[in-house]
Amino acid sequence: MSDSQLLVQVSDLRKYFPVKKGTLIQRKTGDVRAVDGISFVISRGETLGLVGESGCGKTTAGRTMLGLYPATSGSVLIDGMDVCKADSREMLLIRRKAQMIFQDPFASLNPRWTVNAIISEPIRVHNLARTDKERSERVRELLSLVGLSGRLINRFPHEFSGGQRQRIGIARALASNPSFIVCDEPISALDVSIQAQVVNLLEDLQDKLGLTYLFIAHDLSMVRHICDRVAVMYLGKIVELAYRDELYENPLHPYTQALLSAVPIPDPKKDRRRKRIILSGDVPSPINPPSGCRFHPRCSIAKSHCSQIEPEWRQVEPGHWIACHEV
Amino acid sequence: METVLEVNDLQTRFHIPEGTVYAVNGVSFHVNDGETLAVVGESGCGKSVSMLSILGLIPIPPGEIVSGTALYLEHDLLTKSESEMEHIRGKEIAMIFQDPMTSLNPVLTIGRQITESLRVHLGMSKQEATQRAVDLLDRVGIPESANRLGDYPHQFSGGMRQRVMIAMSLACDPTLLIADEPTTALDVTIQAQIVELMIHLQEQYGMSMIWITHDLGVVAGLADRVMVMYAGYIVEEANVDEIFDRPRHPYTRALMDALPRVDRRRNRRLKSIAGAPPSLMVEPRGCPFAPRCVHVIERCSSENPPLLSVGLSHKTACWVDMDTGKAV
Repeated sequence: MSDSQLLVQVSDLRKYFPVKKGTLIQRKTGDVRAVDGISFVISRGETLGLVGESGCGKTTAGRTMLGLYPATSGSVLIDGMDVCKADSREMLLIRRKAQMIFQDPFASLNPRWTVNAIISEPIRVHNLARTDKERSERVRELLSLVGLSGRLINRFPHEFSGGQRQRIGIARALASNPSFIVCDEPISALDVSIQAQVVNLLEDLQDKLGLTYLFIAHDLSMVRHICDRVAVMYLGKIVELAYRDELYENPLHPYTQALLSAVPIPDPKKDRRRKRIILSGDVPSPINPPSGCRFHPRCSIAKSHCSQIEPEWRQVEPGHWIACHEV
Repeated sequence: METVLEVNDLQTRFHIPEGTVYAVNGVSFHVNDGETLAVVGESGCGKSVSMLSILGLIPIPPGEIVSGTALYLEHDLLTKSESEMEHIRGKEIAMIFQDPMTSLNPVLTIGRQITESLRVHLGMSKQEATQRAVDLLDRVGIPESANRLGDYPHQFSGGMRQRVMIAMSLACDPTLLIADEPTTALDVTIQAQIVELMIHLQEQYGMSMIWITHDLGVVAGLADRVMVMYAGYIVEEANVDEIFDRPRHPYTRALMDALPRVDRRRNRRLKSIAGAPPSLMVEPRGCPFAPRCVHVIERCSSENPPLLSVGLSHKTACWVDMDTGKAV
């Protein structure tokens, strides 16, 4: 794959949050290693899924990639520009090209702003319209793109349902003509019948506008449906990455296997025949993650060296990457 | 088989300044001894309000239970006084809620919270209750249970907190357990742990269970019988294999078609259901699903179809036979 086909390149990205003790005089006592050295690339027009359980660092990864959190180390190239080294002028350019859709359509829209103000803000910031008229034209165009009527332009967020609000969030993200969008759990706050509407909309927009997505989610069924490739995160690290059907049909990492076997299947007969791998215990704290392979305390195939040596990130088949000693 | 709970024509409304919310519009169902009934539906379909009405947990006003009976072992729960209900809730019928953080008291130790119901309902001494609490925490799989009685809810993880809730609900050996989306706030691997635990405990205690959820996958794994709700009505009811093999209501079918599958390759776009559920502020008329239904006929908008048998223990409320596409 040549470099020009790659839109996003993440190498060894880390984001640590300091843990402080004391109320007046604060001392740093450790770090939450939310993202601890992840690397992957996303091609133009591709959808990469980033999955994992709560606290695994997938949302932090997405936010750090867009510069919403300053990275601790590593680099994120979006269309050749490094988010981690960008000055404010470059950052403005990156923000135009890379946008985000948030999980909670109730918390991510300003309740005091009209739909017009919400969607036109990026147009104003990036000077993408010369006149007020041109700007409101563009807002109407964006609304129709996401399947909402242009008549709703002066309404407030509370007048809309969850699915409609998520469409407004999508319209705002599209306002600056981005090429890359981080979708952070865009459908998990929505009802099943509305989820399918929003997913189909995201797919249509990708076809129409040639968008590239990082799709962060915990719903593994939806990820299989929408993504081309999928990366599985556990405690700040990616443990496995492969093409969609390869990952779901031939998962190699013991964590991926357990995760996939835990997803309920809406088919009672098949569900009864299935063998579940039930993981014991909870995800350990990212402040003092286990030594060696972070999954070893819950792993069924762990050997003694798993607790000492960190497994390397290696390719086992073309496009299928894994971090495990025992596979 | 003995019936534990039988609900007839339950209607619950809320009178708020903006008007009346028609939350539950005449639902009738029953739960058999030792059975798991799953109640499926999207937000606002009335699944939680139905159960809260039965348990007398609806604030009146603004709530109003317009009609209905709820026979629990032949006593009508809807005519009981508040003090009688207090005796039934927690002892005879227990409930687990979605969010274990907001349903546990953050300033009391979990030991105190579990022993409270044992002492109130069963009149145990402090030592007896503590011993029983340790035993309960063991059963729901909390490690080093004796040392954790003095811990507060925030010292437990989400999954462990839900286990504490389950232990509390089992404290008095209930006949019926109502679980309202108990795994929705949890991760899939933790959800799998809790579902397995619940199935195991149900076999052990022989209780009946009503499991409220929006997740058809979870339903397939644990229910005996399934009831699908939409806009305050039951639209379909059948045993679990039957409803997944042969859904007979357009809404149930559409819901299943809208779901991607983890065990299958993608073969098409998702079939979405156009539009949104109806406003509950308008007095219902006709079939509530009619505006979004692809099989809609003229009769649907004026007359609400009754829930009728279409096979052995299979009921559906639709004017159209889904198999033939003809009006019934």
